[in-house]
Amino acid sequence: MEITRRHLLVLLPAAAVGWKFVLAGTPEDAPNYKLSEHWWGMLIDIPKCIGCGSCVRACAQENDVPEGYYRTWVERYHVTDYQLERPQVASPDGGKQGFPPNEIGGKNFFVPKLCNHCADSPCTQVCPVGATFLSPDGVVLVDKTYCLGCRYCIQACPYGCRFLNPKTNTAEKCTLCYHRITKGLTTACCEVCPTGARQLADLKNPKDPIHEFLRTHTVQVLKPQMATGAKVFYDGMDGSVR
Amino acid sequence: MFKDVEHLIRLAAVMAIALVAFVVLRAAIVPHSFGQYGHYRGAAIAEIAARPIGFAGHDACEGCHSDVVDQKKQGKHVVVACEACHGALAKHADDPGSVTPAKLDTAVICARCHEADSAKPKWFPQVLTADHSGGLACDTCHQPHSPKIETQKIETKTKAEGKQ
Amino acid sequence: MQIPVEGFMYPNEVELQWSVLIVLYPFITGLVAGAFILASLERVFRVDAVKPTYRLALLTALSFLLVAPLPLQLHLGHPGRSFEMYLTPHSSSAMAMFGFVYLWYLMAVLLLEIWLDYRRDIVVKSETSSGVTRFIYRVLTFGSNVISERSLRIDERLGYFITLIGIPSAFLLHGYVGFIFGSVKANPWWSSPLMPIVFIFSAMVSGIAAVMLLYMLSTRLRGRNVEIGCLDKIAQYLLYTFLIDFSLEMLDLIHRIYEADESFRSLDFMVHTRLWMSQVIVQILLGTVAPIALLGLTQVLKFTEVVRKRIYALAGCLTVVGIFAMRWNVVIGGQLFSKSFLGYTTYKMGFATREGLLTAIALMILPFGILWILVKLLPPWPDSGSIPALVTPPAHRTS
Repeated sequence: MEITRRHLLVLLPAAAVGWKFVLAGTPEDAPNYKLSEHWWGMLIDIPKCIGCGSCVRACAQENDVPEGYYRTWVERYHVTDYQLERPQVASPDGGKQGFPPNEIGGKNFFVPKLCNHCADSPCTQVCPVGATFLSPDGVVLVDKTYCLGCRYCIQACPYGCRFLNPKTNTAEKCTLCYHRITKGLTTACCEVCPTGARQLADLKNPKDPIHEFLRTHTVQVLKPQMATGAKVFYDGMDGSVR
Repeated sequence: MFKDVEHLIRLAAVMAIALVAFVVLRAAIVPHSFGQYGHYRGAAIAEIAARPIGFAGHDACEGCHSDVVDQKKQGKHVVVACEACHGALAKHADDPGSVTPAKLDTAVICARCHEADSAKPKWFPQVLTADHSGGLACDTCHQPHSPKIETQKIETKTKAEGKQ
Repeated sequence: MQIPVEGFMYPNEVELQWSVLIVLYPFITGLVAGAFILASLERVFRVDAVKPTYRLALLTALSFLLVAPLPLQLHLGHPGRSFEMYLTPHSSSAMAMFGFVYLWYLMAVLLLEIWLDYRRDIVVKSETSSGVTRFIYRVLTFGSNVISERSLRIDERLGYFITLIGIPSAFLLHGYVGFIFGSVKANPWWSSPLMPIVFIFSAMVSGIAAVMLLYMLSTRLRGRNVEIGCLDKIAQYLLYTFLIDFSLEMLDLIHRIYEADESFRSLDFMVHTRLWMSQVIVQILLGTVAPIALLGLTQVLKFTEVVRKRIYALAGCLTVVGIFAMRWNVVIGGQLFSKSFLGYTTYKMGFATREGLLTAIALMILPFGILWILVKLLPPWPDSGSIPALVTPPAHRTS
């Protein structure tokens, strides 16, 4: 029997059992998951990203992301001198296979992207039927049994994080590995990131190191002018990033 | 008096029936959990959370593979999670016999992170693999779990090659 | 299929989400709103000159309105779930209101107005016709064959009242289509408070032009003479609404150029390359400036009737093409550039696919088929005698 299936049986709407406790043979120690006790986000430490693409591959594997579409991807920026408005950006296959080697001057860096799980998201605002929503624990999700496939949400996302899954014909996006974080695990992308450039953050948990990090670093969100209440925070982000 | 508006009354009746039918149908069709937390199907949250996991997480690996944990503690790869290189292995963690992790080709795996690129942070160890190893597998010289070069290991390898 | 990309697109942006069918949708609802507003002119503002087109305009509006949801339906990933828009409409979504605005406009305004206007004919025909047609007319009477003078007067007054409601409803129907695009803050090509109002005026322009063309065509097919006074009046309305529409669009354009915000360089490049043909040549020059100039000439110079008719026909055709190009440039143009403002993708229209060219052509022909049936069922011609008991004499060619 698959442990995951055993897992399903004990999963209740608002409570899930911590996977590591299940594995350790002590499911009774597993914390109950309460929607109201979490407010999820992520921290991206740009100076730590090495553009290996592990996150993109892991995400595709964990979530069955169809070929040619991306719930997360990595961009490589090249900025010459003061040309902040004209960066050269590349993201071949979303960075899934890494990047072709380059040895050039100027400023070069990688930027991992994913859904920003906005608190005031334009994508959930425009959904005509309530098939995409911000969950009480701060994750923007898609109900694929309810989605019409009208793609208004894809148009409304300023960050290009959504796509239409050609198999299900419904809108799809990063779930922040909701099936993992509700079981006490981190996301697939954070799990495999070799340098710790991606960190899952629970903004409602006072013990989460995110609070100390936010206090001591200059952080920014993508396209702050969009005022979407983005919850993916970028450390050390250059002004040329868009 | 009503004779002259009879057609309008009939029309209004048809519309009223349609409206009532809609309200009744709506109550019957809308999913029960709709509106539980907000304007969406509340049950969707549990359904999405119920998806099986693919990556077990390094805690699960370390429960059994304590020898590798000790080895990793010797070097910089201590921060790298097992499945970053070995891939998603929740099935193996659940039932070790069911899935055996594939042997990795270090010539490919290591280059994903360590191939030189000017966009990589300067502190990160990187090489041009073509110049550095000439296509040799990295584990010829490096122990992936603790990659710092051990001179002894190179010597044994060279000896072994010499004997052939 | 590899889609050619220039510069950098976010990887999920390469594929266009809204196809030619979504171009058709605002085009068709625009024709509906425009045709209805033209019809209302006669009734509310008592412009007798355009009376010959009143019923034709209503039937045109109805046939296009019946087709309007089809391109949307075909475009959905799950067409079978579209009823959810009625069950659980999301109050913050502009699109969720579609179902209700549509229903309101179809049921409460257009059908009711047509029904009230034709009721006398329907009742008479339900008694004089036979077979299937008789059954259809019988259903349409709702089982009441009262056509007393008083009842008809009540109908007339109610119809007037509905037309009064209908004008803002027509504005609502199309204004909200503009809002669907204008409210997307992520997309600077769309995001503009002028969008709804530009959509309304361009809708009126296209609707008036379409009814004018249909009037000319149908009169010719029936072997009658067009009433040139009516045509002159319609052409005049077309010119005035067109001038307002053009001013609004130019205001939007000038504002964008002058403000030159972060998106400007990217959009400017797009207009000069990928949209040059459809935007500058077809939409602005051929589809707007040319018909305005032609219609303007008829106001300034004294042309003979024949020349005027030719000019109106040409201007009308150019207008409809131009407004279609405008919808194309809004819908497709808004998806060709990256929201990173660093690159462009390409739209590859399918041919015989669900959202392809063939489907689009079929959807554009369909309203004319519906109109043909409606005209057979409810003849809109004022001269054909609305009481079928009088056998219409065979048409004499008098010209």
